[in-house]
Amino acid sequence: MNAPAYNFAYLDEQTKRMIRRAILKAIAIPGYQVPFASREMPMPYGWGTGGVQVTAAILGPEDVLKVIDQGSDDTTNAISIRKFFAKTAGVATTTATNEATVIQTRHRIPETALHENQVLVYQVPIPEPLRFLEPRETETRRMHALAEYGLMHVKLYEDIARFGHIATAYAYPVKVNARYVMDPSPTPKFDNPKMDNCPALQLFGAGREKRIYAIPPYTQVVSLDFEDHPFEPYRFNAPCALCGAENSYLDEIVTDDKGGRMFVCSDTDYCEGRQATGHHGSLSAAPYKEKAHG
Amino acid sequence: MVDQAALESDQPLLMAKSLGKSFGRIAACRDVSFALYPGEVLAIVGESGSGKSTLLQMLSGQLAPSAGHVSYRMRDGVTRDLTTLGEAERRFLFRTDWGFVHQDPAQGLRMAVSAGANVGERLMAVGWNHYGRIRDTASDWLSRVEIDVARIDDAPRTYSGGMRQRLQIARNLVTEPRLVFMDEPTGGLDVSVQARLLDLVRSLVAELHLAVIIVTHDLAVARLLSHRVMVMKGGRVIETGLTDQVLDDPREPYTQLLVSSILPP
Amino acid sequence: MYVAVKGGERAIENAHRLLAHKRRGDQSVPEVTLAQISEQLGLAVDRVMSEGSLYDRELAALAIKQARGDLIEAIFLVRAFRATMPRFGSSEPVDTGTMRVRRRVSATFKDIPGGQILGPTFDYTHRLLDPLLAEGLAPEAPATADAHTAPTPRVTDILGRDGLIECSPPADDGASVGDLTREPLNFPADRDLRLQNLARGDEGFLLAMGYSTQRGYGRNHPFVGEIRFGEVEVELFAEDAGFAVPLGSIELTECQMVNQFKGSATEAPCFTRGYGLAFGQSERKTMSMALVDRALRARELGEEVRAPAQDEEFVMSHSDNVQATGFVEHLKLPHYVDFQSELGLLRKLRQEFADASTPDAMKEAAE
Repeated sequence: MNAPAYNFAYLDEQTKRMIRRAILKAIAIPGYQVPFASREMPMPYGWGTGGVQVTAAILGPEDVLKVIDQGSDDTTNAISIRKFFAKTAGVATTTATNEATVIQTRHRIPETALHENQVLVYQVPIPEPLRFLEPRETETRRMHALAEYGLMHVKLYEDIARFGHIATAYAYPVKVNARYVMDPSPTPKFDNPKMDNCPALQLFGAGREKRIYAIPPYTQVVSLDFEDHPFEPYRFNAPCALCGAENSYLDEIVTDDKGGRMFVCSDTDYCEGRQATGHHGSLSAAPYKEKAHG
Repeated sequence: MVDQAALESDQPLLMAKSLGKSFGRIAACRDVSFALYPGEVLAIVGESGSGKSTLLQMLSGQLAPSAGHVSYRMRDGVTRDLTTLGEAERRFLFRTDWGFVHQDPAQGLRMAVSAGANVGERLMAVGWNHYGRIRDTASDWLSRVEIDVARIDDAPRTYSGGMRQRLQIARNLVTEPRLVFMDEPTGGLDVSVQARLLDLVRSLVAELHLAVIIVTHDLAVARLLSHRVMVMKGGRVIETGLTDQVLDDPREPYTQLLVSSILPP
Repeated sequence: MYVAVKGGERAIENAHRLLAHKRRGDQSVPEVTLAQISEQLGLAVDRVMSEGSLYDRELAALAIKQARGDLIEAIFLVRAFRATMPRFGSSEPVDTGTMRVRRRVSATFKDIPGGQILGPTFDYTHRLLDPLLAEGLAPEAPATADAHTAPTPRVTDILGRDGLIECSPPADDGASVGDLTREPLNFPADRDLRLQNLARGDEGFLLAMGYSTQRGYGRNHPFVGEIRFGEVEVELFAEDAGFAVPLGSIELTECQMVNQFKGSATEAPCFTRGYGLAFGQSERKTMSMALVDRALRARELGEEVRAPAQDEEFVMSHSDNVQATGFVEHLKLPHYVDFQSELGLLRKLRQEFADASTPDAMKEAAE
């Protein structure tokens, strides 16, 4: 039996070239979904293969990689992906946002502001913002090509008529570079403003649906809304119980079965960083430290 | 000063020239020509199989003709052959300057979406971005088509057949089109409901100076709504002229047959 | 006192160790070998090769062992391996007409040149559990006869000679065959991509779709023109040699369905085709594939598309079980951040609802 020998970052060079061509096309047309021939990866479709393929295609030996899921470096899938790249690419990894050159993320944008030498790679399950309104790919493609986004606004109108608010809490659709409507991936709408005019390059990979899209640095990204019902980011109104932060997105932790709750920064690196510089919340705890990531 | 409206009324809005359509060996429609002017209502009458639906499809750019062509004078004054329009232009036309009322309102509405959204969709498609204004305009149109404004948030699934049809009309008229196509708009409705609908259509047509092409098998509908009528049989136009003249004094035997089969009221 | 959850890495490592332990099971029971799987669970190996899109019995057997018998997990393993393999080129189209037939039946004619050969089949067995098999059974030697030398022309070619069945479109030598693992799939898709998608597609899904056509959801009046199973040669055209070089032989099952006739204004009516092909002995798969292939040809044959099996986007987007299981099972991944946003919105709406129903609010509304 032939034991396979893997290339740097797993993908063969032909495949990387194919993915980079798709990435370049995506950067040239901000917000437009570029089809690509997604490869079978050693993790299941739906578990980040799109993000992994994008990262594998752009990673170089000098890069420093951070991987987060739900804002945390320590969730199981983030660990699994980080280990994958440590093994197949041997790159340095980090949990510190400002030290990373490539950040692969699922469902959150880091609280720490990004800078020009960074690439943020998002894992995307369903790239098509119109998918739940129109299941046919042939039709949604036409709608994007003709900039026919009336249906999207119908959905927003219906929400307001029914609930009094736009009822989208995450994966909130945005208009990129005043042309394409895009799904930012299931990040909470709280994170939408971070995409606008961001110094870092933002890449989006959907492996199972086989699409790549991009927001080049310093591009306009506007959340869809009505003039009289403007977009509002949502955040639970309390400081982080561990570090006291007032502007970060919070996870709700259930502490007992009598309704006990506490609210803690979802971005673990951000929270630990604040605590290290002396900020404390109402419930300071020295978090149990896992062995350092290698 | 030039009277733009008068000038406009002098020019035809839609022109068909020797239109024909064949499916394999079957000629569904042959050699149809006419010109339609702003504010004019043309009825195309005939039995099923007469070719009238195929003709309507060609006139509204949904079916490419096998012979002849259709031209339309756009809002900018330029007359264009429909086949030369790009898909984007055609779709835009369909959403703004044209209306299409289907026989089955479910085909022309989003049944699971509220009446307000149904009427407001075209506005949103052309860039309206103020919820309050969209809703007010939709309300306004609902009352114009005699739908209780309190039903604005209900989906047409909960509407009666007549209400659905009136909603479909409102949805089409909200962008103030100049030309509306209607395919048997009263089909499937009770006689009294039909009468009310026809009255509504007649007053809206007059008020908005709409040009209409209406396909129907019902001569009473043609009598009530149209200025001119074209009678079709076997894919050809066998008789055409002012409605009252054709219906009072039909020349062709087939037309006489159709007229004589209208039940007296 | 709340302590932030840590230790995910160790948890994963322990889970994987536990899995390996479970996979081996009771150590006093002999470990299953790849040869045992390949020989005695051959149909499982056939399915994993077909849907894994890779002909290698040993690798497929390994995948089944590693996957603890979960065939879709095994197919995933094979696919992931396949994705790393370098490509040398494409073989010449395989000629199933020269197949060394081991089984060959037709439902359209009582007898055919070359005969009806039942071969090794479950057909006509009585489905009674056999306790003798539990202890191990040395099977009776099969009946023998002289090697089958009579030609076995395809039934569809026989029909085709008289123009009774539509021609298969002639091969376009210049055109390359589509490959959806190399190029992104676009709709509408041509038949080569559709067939590739179906060949890789989940047997259960295709079975259900095929079944639905028989029950009226896009009925196309199928008959089994022929099913044949046996070995075929695979050849590669070697540029330097200037001729096709044999690489070896593989086992294939091929099913040709004869379907509802069609005609047009310019052509006389004739039967239409549905086609299925798979590695190994995979009759259920190839028959289902042929039914769905024919249903998906609705568009090109000018038939009204009304049923799910005729809907190209529906069938082709959902046939791949590796993609399907990935997405279905991804729901196990943490979603607490998106859930948090939903919770926030829901709480807000409930608050507003409560505020609107308080007596003061009611009074205001009434005034």
